[in-house]
Amino acid sequence: MIRRLLSTLLALGAFASPVQAKDELVVAMTQMPGTWNPIISSMLAKSLIANMTARPVTAYDADWKLVCLVCTELPTIENGKAMVVDLVDGKKGMEIDVELRDMRWGDGTPVSAKDVAFTLEVGKHPLSGVASSEGYKRIIKLDVKDDRRFTMTIDRVTFDYNSIGLQLLPAHIEKPIFDANPAEYRNKTAYDTQSTNPGLAFGPYRLTEIQPGSRVVLEPNPTWTGQKPSFKRITVRIIENTAALEANLLSGSVDYVLGELGLSLDQAIAFEKRHKDKYNVVYKPALIWEHIDVNLDNKLLADRRVRQAMLLAIDRKAISEKLFEGKQPIAHGGISELDPMFSPAARQYGYDAAAARKLLDEAGFSTLRNNVRHNAAGEKLSIELGTTAGNRVRELVAQVIQSQLRQVGIEVRLKAETPRIFFEAMGKRTYSGLGMYAWVQRPEGVPRSSLHSKEIPSADNGWSGQNYPGYANPEMDKVLDAAERELDVVKRRALFAEIQKLAADDLPSLPLFFRVDPFVIPKPLKGVTPTGTLNSSTLWVEQWRWEN
Amino acid sequence: MSRYFAARAVQTVVTLLLMSLVVYLLIGLMPGDPIDMMISGDPTMTSADAARLRAAYGLDKPLFERYLAWLLQALQGNFGYSRSFGQPVLTVLWPRLLNTLLLAGLAFVISVAIALPLGMWAAAHPRSRADYLINLLCFGGISAPPFWLALLLISLFAVKLGWLPAGGMADIRTGTPWTTALVDQLRHLALPVLTLTLVQLGGYTRFMRGAMIEALRQDYVRTARAKGAPERLVLWRHAFANALSPVLTILALSFGGLVSGALITETMFAWPGMGKAIYQAILENDYNLALVGLLVATAATIAGNLMADLAYAWVDPRVSLADATP
Repeated sequence: MIRRLLSTLLALGAFASPVQAKDELVVAMTQMPGTWNPIISSMLAKSLIANMTARPVTAYDADWKLVCLVCTELPTIENGKAMVVDLVDGKKGMEIDVELRDMRWGDGTPVSAKDVAFTLEVGKHPLSGVASSEGYKRIIKLDVKDDRRFTMTIDRVTFDYNSIGLQLLPAHIEKPIFDANPAEYRNKTAYDTQSTNPGLAFGPYRLTEIQPGSRVVLEPNPTWTGQKPSFKRITVRIIENTAALEANLLSGSVDYVLGELGLSLDQAIAFEKRHKDKYNVVYKPALIWEHIDVNLDNKLLADRRVRQAMLLAIDRKAISEKLFEGKQPIAHGGISELDPMFSPAARQYGYDAAAARKLLDEAGFSTLRNNVRHNAAGEKLSIELGTTAGNRVRELVAQVIQSQLRQVGIEVRLKAETPRIFFEAMGKRTYSGLGMYAWVQRPEGVPRSSLHSKEIPSADNGWSGQNYPGYANPEMDKVLDAAERELDVVKRRALFAEIQKLAADDLPSLPLFFRVDPFVIPKPLKGVTPTGTLNSSTLWVEQWRWEN
Repeated sequence: MSRYFAARAVQTVVTLLLMSLVVYLLIGLMPGDPIDMMISGDPTMTSADAARLRAAYGLDKPLFERYLAWLLQALQGNFGYSRSFGQPVLTVLWPRLLNTLLLAGLAFVISVAIALPLGMWAAAHPRSRADYLINLLCFGGISAPPFWLALLLISLFAVKLGWLPAGGMADIRTGTPWTTALVDQLRHLALPVLTLTLVQLGGYTRFMRGAMIEALRQDYVRTARAKGAPERLVLWRHAFANALSPVLTILALSFGGLVSGALITETMFAWPGMGKAIYQAILENDYNLALVGLLVATAATIAGNLMADLAYAWVDPRVSLADATP
C-alpha cells in the first residue's frame, strides 16, 4: 500500500515544473494591480508591469539622473529647448520643446503628439477620475508642430520643468471611449475592458493574458524599435504572502522576485546567508523615508527641545545594525544622502542619552515618578506612538523605540492599527502624539507637501496636503517656494540646505531610516538594475537576459 | 410544500436586503474613505482633486442616499463597478467565485467523505486505540493554524521534494491537451486542498463521532441489537441515519464559508478566490465589491440552510416540509 502510494507520488513528481528553457522568465510580486489605465490612479504594482509595456516621457535612471525615454533629447535651458516666457496674465511661465522618438503602439499606429494632447485632455477633465490633476493642469498650452514635435507651456517657473512623467494614452483607441462619456471613461477604458489589446502598448512587451489575482503574462511587442528583449515570455505571478513568495523562489516555481514589491529586508538578509551561492542580493537604498511625525498640537510635544531629546534618545545606528545588519541607512532628514540636494551642514543627531536627559530637564520635564518624567504642572511625559499594523519590521522598530525612550524617562504607548484607520487618523490629524510610517520621495523633490504650512490638512482644504504634524514656519514656507522656482542649481542647493537646516532644528518629523529595497536576483539573470525610485527597474526590462 | 418555498423565498429576499443595508452602512461608517486613502498615497493631490473625486464617485452624498442609489441599480441587475479594478463587480467576482468553489468545494467533499466514515469508526470503537489516534489527529487538525500548515506543506512538497508547485493556478495555454491541463490543475490544487481538508477534517470527524455515539446509546439501537440485527445494519440503518441530522446542520452552516473563501489558504497559495477579494475590497474601501461579495456569501449560507432542511426531510421521514414553518 505504502509502496503504491509512494510510486503515485513519484509519478506526480514527474510532472513537476521542468527546468524552463530561458525563453520564459517567471517573476513574482506581492500585489495585483487594480485598473490598468496608467493615469487613473498611481499604484506601484501597476507601474511595475505597465513599465514593461509603455514608458513615461522622462524618468529618473538608476543614478537618479533625469533621462528621456519617449523623447529624443532632454529639453533644457542650456540646449535652448526650454525657456522662461511671459504669460498673458503677466506671470512668468516656461516653454518646453519636445520631440518624440519614432515609436509605435502594438497595432502599428505611431506614438504621436495627438496622444500627448489626448492624455492632457483626460488628465485635466474634471469627470475623468484621474487622481491628481496638478501635473496636467500646470501645462496650460500645447502647441503641436507635427506628429512628433510639440511645445508645452507651463504656468510657472520651476526647476523640474523637464521632468515630464506623462504616461501616454493611445488616442486612436481611448479617445472615442472618452468622448462618448468622460464620466464613464474610468469604467469603460480599453485598459480594463480590452487589456490585452496590442494597441495599448508601445514598450518592449505587451500584455497577452491576465488572470485576475493570479498572474499576468507579457510577450514581446513586435512594433518595439529599441533593444530586442531577451525573453519570449514574462509571467508575473502574484503571491501576497512573503513567506510563500520565498518558498516559491526556492522551489523554482518563480525565477525572480521583483525587488520593489517582494521580500522584506529581514527576509532577504536571512535568504542571502542561506542561498548566496545561487542568488545575488542587491540592497538598493530607496527614496522611501521611514520617520515619525509629531503632532505639534500636543502640548507635551510643542517644545522642540522635547522632540530633539527624543531623537537623541533613539539609537538608530543600533536599530539598523541589530535589525537590518546595518543595511538600512540612517536618515538625517527627508532628503537622502544620495540625493544631489542633500546638505551635510544641517544638524545630525547621533545617539546621546545624556544630552537627551539634559534637554528634557531644560524643557521642564525634570521630575521622575515611576521612571517617567513629569513637569511642574504634574503632566506625565507619556505619548502614544501609532503605526501600521501588519508591517512586522515597523512594529519591531516601534518596540525598540519604546524601550529606548523609556531609558530617558519618556513613556511611549504603542498603537498599531490597520493602514486604513492609521492614515485616516494621520490625514485628519486626530492622532494624539506620534505616527510612524514612510513617505516616498523623488530625486531633488522639494518637500513642500510635508513641510509647507499650506499643506496642513484641514476641513477647509478637503483634508489634502501631507503636513500631518501641523508644522507652520513662515521662513520654511519662503524657502520652499523659492526652491521650487530657482533654476540655478547652485542657488537651489543653498535653498535646499536651508530647508534641511530648519527641518533638522525644528523636527516636525523625527527621521529614522531610508528604506532599502532588497533585490534577490538569481545569478544567471543579468541586466536588472535597481533604481531606488518610483521609476522602477522594469523600465529597462529589455536589458534583462539569462546567462547560464 | 409550495407555500414553504414561497415563504423561504420571501425570507431570503428580506434577509439579503437587510444584510445589504447593514454591510453598506458598516463599510461606510469605517474610518477613512477611498479618497482619503488616495490623498495619503499621493502628495500631489490637491483639495480640488479630493472634492472632484468625491463628486465623481458619489462620495459627497449622505451614506443612506448612496445606499438607495446602489440598491435601485442592483434591483435592475447593475451591481456597479469595482473602484479598485475598474471593472463591473460581477466580472471581478465571477472567476474568483469559481476558483473558490473549486478549491473549497473539493476540500469540503474530501473532508466529508473521510470524516463521516472515520467518525463512525471511532464511535463504533470508543476508547479503542484507533479512537484515541483518530481523536489525536482530529485535535491536531483543529489546532493547527492554516498558515503554518500551508507553509509546512509548501516546504515539504514544493521546496524539499519539488513534487508539487508552491502555489498559483495552472498555466493552461492554448493548445494544451486536456489531460496535461487536468494534471496541471490537479497539481496546483493538491496542496491548498490538502491544507483545507486537514483543517476541516478534525471538526467534521468529531461532530460525526459525537452524533454517532449519541445515536448508539438510544433504545432503538439496543432493540435492534437485541433482535440480532447484524452490527453493520445497526450502524448504517439505525444509528447513522439518525446521527446524520445534527451533522447536516454543521455541514449546511459551512456552506457559506465555502463561498466566502478561505482567506489564509488562498493567500498562502496565491489562489485568487473570494476570500482574498472580499478582504482586499474591505481594506481598500471598494464598497461595491465588498458588498456584493458578502451578499453572495450570505446567499450561499441561506442556500445551505435550505438544502439542510430538504436533507432533513429526506433523511428523517418524521420531518415534513408541507407542515414546516420556515
